[in-house]
Amino acid sequence: MDALLHQIFSGLANGCIYGSVALALVMIYQATHHINFAQGEMATFSTFIAWSLLQAGWPYWAAFFATVAISFVGGLAVQRIILRPVEKAPVLTNVIVFIGLLVIFNSLAGWIFEHTIKAFPSPFPQNSALGSKYFSAHELGSAVVMLCVLAVLYGFLRYTSLGLAMRAAAQNPESARLVGIRVSWMLAVGWGLAAAIGAVAGMMVAPVVYLDPNMMSGILLYGFAAALLGGIDNPGGAVLGGFIVGVLENLLGAYVIGTELKLSVALVLIVGILTLKPNGLFGKHVVTRV
Amino acid sequence: MSAMPRSRSFWLLLGLAVLAALVLPFMVKNYRVFQFNLVLIYAIAVLGLNILTGFNGQISLGHGAFYAIGAYAAAILMDQAGLPYWATLPLAGLLCFGLGFLMGFPALRLGGHYLALATFALALAVPQLLKYKKIEGLTGGVQGIVLNKPEPPFTFRFLDQPFNADRWLYMFTLAVAALMFVLAWNLLRGRIGRALIAIRDHPIAATAMGINLPMFKSMAFGVSAGYTGVAGALGAICVAFVSPDSFTVFLSITFLVGVVVGGLASIPGAIFGAIFIQFVPNIAGDISKSAPWAIYGVFLIGMMYLMPSGVMGMIQGLWARWRRTASAAPPRV
Repeated sequence: MDALLHQIFSGLANGCIYGSVALALVMIYQATHHINFAQGEMATFSTFIAWSLLQAGWPYWAAFFATVAISFVGGLAVQRIILRPVEKAPVLTNVIVFIGLLVIFNSLAGWIFEHTIKAFPSPFPQNSALGSKYFSAHELGSAVVMLCVLAVLYGFLRYTSLGLAMRAAAQNPESARLVGIRVSWMLAVGWGLAAAIGAVAGMMVAPVVYLDPNMMSGILLYGFAAALLGGIDNPGGAVLGGFIVGVLENLLGAYVIGTELKLSVALVLIVGILTLKPNGLFGKHVVTRV
Repeated sequence: MSAMPRSRSFWLLLGLAVLAALVLPFMVKNYRVFQFNLVLIYAIAVLGLNILTGFNGQISLGHGAFYAIGAYAAAILMDQAGLPYWATLPLAGLLCFGLGFLMGFPALRLGGHYLALATFALALAVPQLLKYKKIEGLTGGVQGIVLNKPEPPFTFRFLDQPFNADRWLYMFTLAVAALMFVLAWNLLRGRIGRALIAIRDHPIAATAMGINLPMFKSMAFGVSAGYTGVAGALGAICVAFVSPDSFTVFLSITFLVGVVVGGLASIPGAIFGAIFIQFVPNIAGDISKSAPWAIYGVFLIGMMYLMPSGVMGMIQGLWARWRRTASAAPPRV
């Protein structure tokens, strides 16, 4: 029973990370109807930046916030410089540009920071009162951090005028432009936010899976499965989907199929959801006008 | 793809291309022959993906998985069942056709980027499945399977070069590729090709015209996977080795790159795409030893800025412009 509870709790901790990746995907999707394939690689790169700041002797939280800020600016710059020229190009051109970004970030990370696997410190002390026999302090801490990110994001989108402008630009770009919102810049801010969320997720997952250039490839997939499960147009659903996927992955990995086939679980989940319940658990049924 | 009658210059050009393809392997070293062989194999795979993505508008980032399955099917049939190498091609193609057809059903629910990501999951999962312990007896696990290169049925010397295993395989692949291209040409220029394009351009209107949408889309997925499976089988025979780690996600990505670089919905474009994916990584590696993929990525993004419709799109654009200037010029007396 203890083992089962332990698996469930660490599943919930992973679920937080999947949920946040899912949220980043949903955000960019809502704003641009694109899926950023380079999301995972960008997050890994951010984590490497945090790692080198820590190596330079920065205190953890200073490095944490500096990395989030750098990632935000970086995401903004990527949208402005690289994606803007192909904003109106066909979907496939965009996909190829994303793929170009993916290989560039992956290769640069390997080149600058080398391919050796690195340990990444956790800000949460190993033996503290916060930990218990069911979950470690890091699992609890990262869950709290991710929930904070979600709360801040929700507050930003719901209660600030910039957040309102972003939602308007995503929902109806033409009308938003007519009332004076700079739609293109809103997309850039969306990219910056997604990059910042990705950076937080990367720094939270790195102590668990260790840091190397291919750290995020599987996590992006789980994030996608989570987004689909929750309903691709529903940010809250995406987070909840993340929890479900995290727990499911851990339980299946521990009791049913073993750890080698974990990625196949994501595949089965994605195909299963799409075949049986294509709108996800909380998604809207979309009706297209002819 | 146009219905205009082919002019004499078209056939002349085609004849020259065939002649060049036949003589080429005798003018270069063995290693180059092997590379050209891979170009032909990639061309088949890229053509297969182009049927799906270019003509039917379904984006797949998972065709490396079908390539891997085709390769493993060929390897297992040769290694365990002792089949001759040429007999494995249709079987690998059929197997992948079936699997692709099945994958086509969940794909019906998805459009654009979501399909790309779902098939991306397939590409990530297949290498893991191939390493799975319970089927290690069949697949050889992490070690993979080592094959023998087929010997040429006869030998001769031409231009001072022997007709060896690599050159024989090149000829064999060339014949298969030619057959696959002719088949694709026949499939796509007729009713079926028009139906696929109609579905890509306006699914609702296509349904209203009486096209069985789910059937056509799933069939397109199946045929496309079948082509890639045949390419995978050829790849296994040509490299004479399969292992799970040769079929990473980058392989799937590479195929899509080939499609877009060559030109969407263009059959000859597949050849240009294949040349790009075979040789540009080498060029990138020559420029920077430490980060060849970064250079590759820069090339890729640069390509998309300069010629968003691929090599074939650019050639067609230049051709149209040349024709306009030619017809605007005063007639010669």
